[in-house]
Amino acid sequence: MTALGKLFGATAFRLALAILLLSAIGAGIVLTVIAWQVVSVVDREIARTIDVESQGLIDAFDNAGIRRLEAVIEARKREPGASLYLLTNPIGEPLAGNVDQIPTEVLLHPGFVPIMYRGSGSSERGRQALVGVYILPGGFRLLIGHDLGDRARIGKVMVRALAISLVFFAVLGAVGALFVARRVLKRIDDINISAQGIMAGDLTRRLPVSGSGDELDRLAEGLNEMLGRISELMTGLQEVSDNIAHDLRTPLTRLRNHAEAALAFGGDAAAYRQALEKTIEESDQLIRVFNALLLIARAEAGGDLGPLQPLDIGEAARSVGELYEPIAEEEGLVLTVRAEDGLKVRGNRELIGQAIANLVDNALKYGSPNKDAEDAGAKPDVVITAERTGRSVSLMVADRGPGIAPADRARVLDRFVRLEGSRSRPGSGLGLSLAAAVARMHGGTVDLEDNQPGLRVRLTLPATDERPQSLVPAQLVLDDRAAR
Amino acid sequence: MSDMRILIIEDDRDAAAYLAKAFREAGHLADQANDGVTGYDLALEGAYDAAVGVRMLPKMDGLTLVGALREQKNETPVLILSALGQVDDRVKGLRAGGDDYLSKPYAFSELLARVEALSRRGPKGAPEETVLRVADLVLDRLSHKVTRRAEEIVLQPREFRLLEYLMQNAGKVVTRTMLLEHVWDYHFDPQTNVIDVHVSRLRAKIDRDFDAPLLNTVRGAGYMIRDGAR
Repeated sequence: MTALGKLFGATAFRLALAILLLSAIGAGIVLTVIAWQVVSVVDREIARTIDVESQGLIDAFDNAGIRRLEAVIEARKREPGASLYLLTNPIGEPLAGNVDQIPTEVLLHPGFVPIMYRGSGSSERGRQALVGVYILPGGFRLLIGHDLGDRARIGKVMVRALAISLVFFAVLGAVGALFVARRVLKRIDDINISAQGIMAGDLTRRLPVSGSGDELDRLAEGLNEMLGRISELMTGLQEVSDNIAHDLRTPLTRLRNHAEAALAFGGDAAAYRQALEKTIEESDQLIRVFNALLLIARAEAGGDLGPLQPLDIGEAARSVGELYEPIAEEEGLVLTVRAEDGLKVRGNRELIGQAIANLVDNALKYGSPNKDAEDAGAKPDVVITAERTGRSVSLMVADRGPGIAPADRARVLDRFVRLEGSRSRPGSGLGLSLAAAVARMHGGTVDLEDNQPGLRVRLTLPATDERPQSLVPAQLVLDDRAAR
Repeated sequence: MSDMRILIIEDDRDAAAYLAKAFREAGHLADQANDGVTGYDLALEGAYDAAVGVRMLPKMDGLTLVGALREQKNETPVLILSALGQVDDRVKGLRAGGDDYLSKPYAFSELLARVEALSRRGPKGAPEETVLRVADLVLDRLSHKVTRRAEEIVLQPREFRLLEYLMQNAGKVVTRTMLLEHVWDYHFDPQTNVIDVHVSRLRAKIDRDFDAPLLNTVRGAGYMIRDGAR
């Protein structure tokens, strides 16, 4: 499309033209109304003048009879700028006046009427006049008229004014439309060029924002936010595939090596059996990592949460605590659950249960106080606390272990990050990031805090008591607590 | 328990043949169907004790198949195998009329234990026994009392449910995930040997003071409670 074609095709240009057309119609209506008003005023004025003049002539007839009236009319018609006069007898034969051809029916009814006339004895072309018809005693008819040339002139002036204003509107509108359309087109072209650059693969580019805060800016800002989210997701995807490549390749290689070694070096049935058992064990671990990765990837892609149900976080905490309590005992730790009642959230029970289980599992694995430097303050405790904090429900799993340095806290939420010193322990390194992913899926967060000493992981989920679920008898208690 | 008739509905012929072989090794009879329609026809004709059906099948998918069977008042227990991993796939599978659900990849021991548990469940709606017995161990579901050789054994509520589930499946292998599912109602992987620790606690209570152990570990599979004397 040519540049001109693009300009004329632009929405802004067409919009401006439409507005121009509407304004022109509006101006035409206003001028027409004014012209009509002026004409009616002029007509009334002429009618009054005719009335006054007729009064004089009728007086002359009343006082001195028809002959006198004829004489007066003959005298008046010779005056310069004279009105139109016609006097007829009752059967319509002219007796005096300066009007020749006139439609006879005009004389039948008294009153004012506009007519076309021709001056007597002249070759003038027809002119327009407003005439008053009066019926005199005895059936004589008197017609007095005024030329309407003035009125026609006023009409001409009005038409000229209308034409001038239309031209003015057209020029102004066209210039304005061109200006607006070009400005908008330029901005849109800029946005398009940037968009094409982004589509070509440069996801770091952003659409231009002029800073005027107009609707195009708002559009560009909205699209930029969308681009930001997209590139975030792309980066996430990139990381996921990198991590999958790394963390599945390593155990897959190990698996293959074991099988290969068993085949190559042989041995007795027991050796084969052991190799096979090892293979199954390693593939189980692989499946576990794979499942966790898939879940995290889904969570980050904003995946489907499955069936959401009203959940009591306190109950979930107690249930998971009860599940892990014997493990804690084996590790020589005391696992305590402190949960308020009626901590309602909406979520997927499985996922939230798994997130809590991961946190507890981590606390039990890494939360034992350092045996060498057992200071007095560090009790071998893992405490699960569930409480309300404002509009959220917090679930904290606190241990008395070595904790995590503030600098490392953000990093351990990443996939597969296992800090030095924990690598020898079993685990996929996905527990915390899985918990964080589950929290995100539910509109919550996972934060790492200092338990002084130890680590406290806080899982925050939005509470649902603003929209109470019908089956919540603990609601009153909850509201009561919130009010305090 | 042996000699169950099992229908395998799986379009991957290798996998189906492997499953059939493994079920036969475990002492069962197994038939194969390689698409949904054949599976549906076989399930309607043959009186199978259980069916194992994969979710994605040619001609008729697994969920439709289960739904169609149930519509025909065919109550053959069906375990759905799925390679999909969505969070709510399990719920969808059970809602469609499946009796159990297992994601691929799975351990055959897990599948076998679950299928055996399914077929032993008996007809739906049959009254459940209120007193469960294995040898001299008695569990009363109404009074929530457990006795062995007339001696009362005090159990925590969760231990009671654990024992109850094991005894309901007496003589059959019960896997760790089955225990987690039925006793704790969780389907995720606890990543540690939590279940083992719970079972060993229970074992300490019911077996330690008695010479004949009832609660056995089945290597590579899970647990089984049974009367060792028989």
